[in-house]
Amino acid sequence: MSTDSLVKIKNLVKHFDISGGLLDQLQMENGRITRKQTVVKAVNNVSFEIQKGETLSVVGESGCGKSTLARTVMGLYPPNSGEVHYDGQRIDCLPHRQMLPYRTKMQMVFQDPYASLNPRMTVRQIIEEPIYFHNKGISRGDAKNKLHEVMRSVGMDPEWAGNYPHEFSGGQRQRISIARALAVEPEFIVADEPIAALDVSIQAQILNLLMDAQEERNLTYLFISHDLSVVEHISTRVAVMYLGSLCELGTAKEIFSSPRHPYTRALLSAIPTLGGEKKKHIHLSGDVPTPINLPPGCVFHGRCQFANDRCREEIPLGRNLENGTLCACHAVEEGRL
Amino acid sequence: MQPLLDVKNLSVEFALRQGPLEAVKNVSFSLNKGERLGLVGESGAGKSVTGFSIINLISKPGYISNGSIMFEGQDLAKMPFDKMRGVRGNRISMIFQDPMMTLNPVLTIGTQMIETVMAHMDVTRKEAEEIALEKLRKVYIPSPRKRLAQYPHEFSGGMRQRIVIAISLLTDPSLIIADEPTTALDVTIQAEIMDLLLELCETDNMGLILITHDLAVVSEVTQRIAVMYAGGIVETGSTRQVTETPGHPYTQGLIAALPQSGAAGDRLTQIPGAMPSLMNMPAGCPFNPRCQHCTDICKQELPTLKENKSGILVACHHADKV
Repeated sequence: MSTDSLVKIKNLVKHFDISGGLLDQLQMENGRITRKQTVVKAVNNVSFEIQKGETLSVVGESGCGKSTLARTVMGLYPPNSGEVHYDGQRIDCLPHRQMLPYRTKMQMVFQDPYASLNPRMTVRQIIEEPIYFHNKGISRGDAKNKLHEVMRSVGMDPEWAGNYPHEFSGGQRQRISIARALAVEPEFIVADEPIAALDVSIQAQILNLLMDAQEERNLTYLFISHDLSVVEHISTRVAVMYLGSLCELGTAKEIFSSPRHPYTRALLSAIPTLGGEKKKHIHLSGDVPTPINLPPGCVFHGRCQFANDRCREEIPLGRNLENGTLCACHAVEEGRL
Repeated sequence: MQPLLDVKNLSVEFALRQGPLEAVKNVSFSLNKGERLGLVGESGAGKSVTGFSIINLISKPGYISNGSIMFEGQDLAKMPFDKMRGVRGNRISMIFQDPMMTLNPVLTIGTQMIETVMAHMDVTRKEAEEIALEKLRKVYIPSPRKRLAQYPHEFSGGMRQRIVIAISLLTDPSLIIADEPTTALDVTIQAEIMDLLLELCETDNMGLILITHDLAVVSEVTQRIAVMYAGGIVETGSTRQVTETPGHPYTQGLIAALPQSGAAGDRLTQIPGAMPSLMNMPAGCPFNPRCQHCTDICKQELPTLKENKSGILVACHHADKV
């Protein structure tokens, strides 16, 4: 199993220091000046592997660190600690020049197609820029062929290459950003909420496009989304995150049919369903704590109805259950749940 | 029985340099007391403009060009501005998408709530505060008296939307218009807010117009549904019937495009193309360029709402066949 893994992350931690400059950090405390730093603990000790050709989805509510995780995997943020391996090679500590070959293998599609395309560049310039950058000395003809090939593969007429992004609808723009990602023949694509900004009828078009591209090019996806029904549809495996920690990781089928972690259960019960009898929603008490002051023990204990003293003190570790799901919960481990 | 709200042939236009742009075309629907209606459609379908026009919140260059909006015996479409203030925020309340934008960030929750009560009712400040407290309790805000003195930024997104709901309840309205009330919120909070709205509507027998792009949310909360496309209603009927046996090809496409559990990994059914721009509408049925059942008549004549065999009103020339 592990020989097939394309991306492997191990104990990844990403914290952001938001305390500002030295003067902002100084505080008066009991008549003494002390220095205090404020740190957002966005991703805490997350480990998983992504197998070749699969779609691993990361779900969770806003602020749970799923986008930070994606960007850290891509190397856009340096991790505070932990490792990122790509195809057996550790890449999180590589210098810029040695990282370049991995940049063509890993590409990213962003959420907002209005913000992720340069409004002053034509579609041709947007898509050709990475082609020229990563294939030094490529001829104009070859670049043009590549441009036409990727535009056709995302369902766009190459005739439109001279147009600017503002001339396209949201769905078309997202096709352009997918084309840009595909232009350098990547193996691995990180899609950070690629359909969140699109209308329902357009979402289906883009999801189909992503699934087709995966089949044709044998791509591996890390798919970040908060839309659980979409995740259920396209994922091989699903990772559920809460407050920077991994709660549960398993095949999409297992996670959606028999969620074990209490947070996953609450999250899944909240999905609205079309028609039929209304499901009972599991209401979580209180709000998500801030990632600046993480609660001790299990990060979910304050809102969990199964929490006991152990949950309040000891951080649960991910353990494999009999169905192959990885679950980080004391209650599940002890058989209380 | 006279309906609570009866919208007839409502059209809203925006006067642009190129000529008037019709954002809402000939829309009719009605709502009984205590009934919940979902207005569903994609961005640009005209659902928000329809909702806004009910309480005359259309700002220039927009105006109601035709139609009537009968509410509790009065025509809101022709009501003068100063009289409208007695209805807007009083008999009809509105909840908007982003609670951070709705609440004033420099005033405490208490100030904003008491101001609203005193603007609409002849009460003392003390009485107004009691009303505010009662409504905060109703939306399950813990320790409401303490919360009154806090500012919007001290609340989480879900709590803010509860406070907005509490404000909308202050005057005991008979109708609430909620425009994408949970779009900015997470799914667990969405479920909470929707359960709360449903509960409030049922206990107080309040009418609700829920404007959203999310068919699944509408199907859990409303009794009736109206699907909008390019400014007009293309289908309306009981929520159950419309979601189970949709009559219009657009609604059918929308429902088929939703990922269904149990069919993971399959290609999703997609509607080709995108909604036409209002500046550049196709002749005949606005859906004809994307419709697989399109024939000559669809390209010439605008279909009107007609009852199909399952009792749903559908605006389609081929309603009996599709």
